[in-house]
Amino acid sequence: MSPHALDGEDPDRLYTVTGGRSRAEDTGLDLVTLVVSESDAAPGMQSEHARILRLARRPTSVVELSADLALPVSVVKILLADLLDRGMVSARHPSSATAGARLPDPDFLRKVLVGLSNL
Amino acid sequence: MDSATSDPGAHTRPPLRATASDGVKIVVVGGFGVGKTTMVRAVSEIRPLSTEEVMTQAGVGVDDTAGARGKTTTTIAFDFGRISLDEELVLYLFGAPGQKRFWFLWDQLFSGTLGVVVLVDAHRIEDSWYAVDRLEHHGIPFIVARNRFEPVAHTLEELREALDLPEEVPVVECDARDRESSKRVLLALVDHLYALSSAPSARETAS
Ligand SMILES: Nc1nc2c(ncn2[C@@H]2O[C@H](COP(=O)(O)OP(=O)(O)O)[C@@H](O)[C@H]2O)c(=O)[nH]1
Ligand SMILES: [Mg+2]
Repeated sequence: MSPHALDGEDPDRLYTVTGGRSRAEDTGLDLVTLVVSESDAAPGMQSEHARILRLARRPTSVVELSADLALPVSVVKILLADLLDRGMVSARHPSSATAGARLPDPDFLRKVLVGLSNL
Repeated sequence: MDSATSDPGAHTRPPLRATASDGVKIVVVGGFGVGKTTMVRAVSEIRPLSTEEVMTQAGVGVDDTAGARGKTTTTIAFDFGRISLDEELVLYLFGAPGQKRFWFLWDQLFSGTLGVVVLVDAHRIEDSWYAVDRLEHHGIPFIVARNRFEPVAHTLEELREALDLPEEVPVVECDARDRESSKRVLLALVDHLYALSSAPSARETAS
């Protein structure tokens, strides 16, 4: 379905991905979106995809995956978009990271306060 | 835990709860060596991790190396820690440099951030001017925390004046190495956000 459904065929791909700022943004993934694997790595799969599937057996943020893979955040977002397209991972998006400078409501902030005080 | 063949880094830190579903961001901004990583480490449930983001852009106005065909690449390295707040909420605390090129990536990385801690070294206050200016310009809520490296002669009020901060912006003192002290900084920030969010005018200004 997606134009890039084949694994690792394009040698320029990671390069393209790095420059593709708009594509990374189009994924709708945030630094703190939590990713969860929905399937196991398959033999022959692009190695970064396979690593993501292993790393994200438990919920793992985009930024932690970026650190673990030693790849820039935007590259990881593109890799994740491939996996999302194929239903191999699911994404839990942050509730407060909607665009705009809107402050979260007091109830949400109270939960953050309680969590911090309990540390 | 399992085979040592893959991703050793990930094995050494505790996984999130299976119920974790909502990530929250707070950013600590400050000059080099001011104590950002120290503060992140003090409160984080994992050893701080680091990574980077790259932006490639045709055009001008970026203070980094201009490559071929007029393209400009901006790379920002940052580190972060993690605090599980409850069954669902997970706070990510980012330490990021406040210099100019950082702000080109703000929207790409840190949009939706709850708020910002500007960490200040009392002996290098001028390092913080630019960050304070950008935060006010973007309308991002923040507090200022002075890291107590050594006894300082100046009061927090004098720091407020030196940074030309409006009265409502909290200014606090901390020891970034100390967990309780760093925790109090985060609480001061969220208290401030809570006050802003509860204020009658909050909704109008926001939209
Ligand atoms: N004496 C003292 N040293 C500190 C304090 N906070 C940080 N440091 C030290 O200052 C150095 C730079 O801190 P670091 O967190 O790496 O700064 P960053 O560049 O802002 O991330 C480290 O060696 C820290 O141990 C403090 O409150 N007091
Ligand atoms: Mg640091």
